[in-house]
Amino acid sequence: MIASLAPRAFSVFERNVFVYRRQWLIIVTGFFEPLFFLLGIGYGVGGVIGTIPYGGVEVPYAAFVAPALLASAAMNGAIFDSTFNIFYKLKYGKVYDAILSTPVGVGDLAVGELLWSNLRGVIYATAFLVVMLAFGLVQSPLALLAPLAVVFIGFSFGAAGFAITTHMRSWKDFDFLFIVLTPLFLFSATFYPVEIYPGALRWIVELSPLTRGTHLVRSLCFGDLNLFMLVDIAYLSAISFIGYRHAVRRLGVLLLK
Amino acid sequence: MGMTNSASEPTALIRAQGLTKVFGARSAVDGIDFEVRDGEFFGFLGPNGAGKTTTMRMIAGVSPRTSGTLEIFGQDPDLHGSEIRGQIGVVHQQETLDMELTVRENLLIFGRFFGMERAAIATRADELLELFQLSDRAKDQVEPLSGGMKRRLSIARSLIASPRILMLDEPTTGLDPQARHLLWDALQRLKRGGTTIVLTTHYMDEAEQLCDRLVVMDQAKIVAEGSPRQLIVEHASREVLELRFPNGTESIDVKVLEGIGDRYERLAERVIIGCENGEAAHARALEHGLDPESWLVRRSSLEDVFLRLTGRTLDE
Repeated sequence: MIASLAPRAFSVFERNVFVYRRQWLIIVTGFFEPLFFLLGIGYGVGGVIGTIPYGGVEVPYAAFVAPALLASAAMNGAIFDSTFNIFYKLKYGKVYDAILSTPVGVGDLAVGELLWSNLRGVIYATAFLVVMLAFGLVQSPLALLAPLAVVFIGFSFGAAGFAITTHMRSWKDFDFLFIVLTPLFLFSATFYPVEIYPGALRWIVELSPLTRGTHLVRSLCFGDLNLFMLVDIAYLSAISFIGYRHAVRRLGVLLLK
Repeated sequence: MGMTNSASEPTALIRAQGLTKVFGARSAVDGIDFEVRDGEFFGFLGPNGAGKTTTMRMIAGVSPRTSGTLEIFGQDPDLHGSEIRGQIGVVHQQETLDMELTVRENLLIFGRFFGMERAAIATRADELLELFQLSDRAKDQVEPLSGGMKRRLSIARSLIASPRILMLDEPTTGLDPQARHLLWDALQRLKRGGTTIVLTTHYMDEAEQLCDRLVVMDQAKIVAEGSPRQLIVEHASREVLELRFPNGTESIDVKVLEGIGDRYERLAERVIIGCENGEAAHARALEHGLDPESWLVRRSSLEDVFLRLTGRTLDE
């Protein structure tokens, strides 16, 4: 499907493979963050709390938090690549000007970059799943589908990040990104069930793409298949599509003057 | 100009008619007509801001035109940009090399952008590194290369897919004279190999040395067209007498200037006189009571053509 949508997207993806063949250590660093949270919050705070109700039963706190950390690892992988790295290439590297002088078009460019940022998310999620398996935090074999499910998270945050980045004027604007990302990480049903929020606030939190992503991954990890997972997928796909379309349009405005 | 479209004429690879590009209220390119023929070395000569780069971008299909027609290989770049770019090599004025990759990787990934097979790219990359004397730097990062080397690498990269047309935007700006001549030689070799080359420049000597045919652009319009020789014959006299007046030229009487040669241009500190015989014109200037600090006689160049057509020098 991608081949027909953007035939040369894969060559853009390949460029990043060239770059990171030598810089793989940078990718590895992103793996540690969710691990630290698992140890500090999942086991540290979890040691105080013990268990937490999930789906009508009490589950170990670490097992409850771990799927959310997996989802946010995918989010981080995708968003850091689609914001910082793409901003550099867009503003300073002149990389895109060179690429667009070849048969590659802006659509290929966006798809190629999104594939790459998604790969980063999938790598983090997979590595974290291995940690979860090692710690005995996986409650169902369906958890093995989690690295596939995070593709929806990766595309939505990658595309949204890309779209936002096309509006960034300088590195200073990235401060705003953290103002959004930190609460997104903390409040998206990551460390406690979404039911805790009162009334309207809960529905705002339900709209957070990370809440949807976490719900998707958590459902898989607990083997709790439900119809709301389809809502998660539809919602994340819609964000991906809107973000992608906007990013392509903005690339046209910025680069094809 | 005697440009009839007889059957013996080489086919036009690029054809523009009334080509126009407007940014907001400003016309960057204002209704220009030109044709680039198969196998020729074609130049856009003009000062910065004349519209040369915008024209190049429209040809490469990365800047949609506002109006007029434009055909490359008989196709519209706004509709078939990708196919057209597949047969064009582009060297930007600003360095666009990939600083995150090595010299050789810059060539390899470009081949992939053109959809070439990996094995074919590797062979071609090594060939180009050899040709542009970069083989011993193949594994190095791009950043520490000299300006001349970077420019050679940019050109090598643009040739990875053996394009029919090579487009260079101000290729020697910022290079030292030696690097410049090396580059000119390389471009002439490419031309002999059958590549059609389109270049923009604001250097008269570059246009004169390299171009078979060129258009002179000024303020978004084409003001003259022809071979360098033709342009000089048509728009300039045989010789030029330059008189220097460090204290300014405003006080010099028009009548005096008109009497020295065929035509004159008055600049801030120089008077440039077009004439048949520079020595004789100098003698007349002294007879008229002019007292220049220094003077020189030279053959007319494209610089004089530009001055004649626009009343300005290129670096103004």
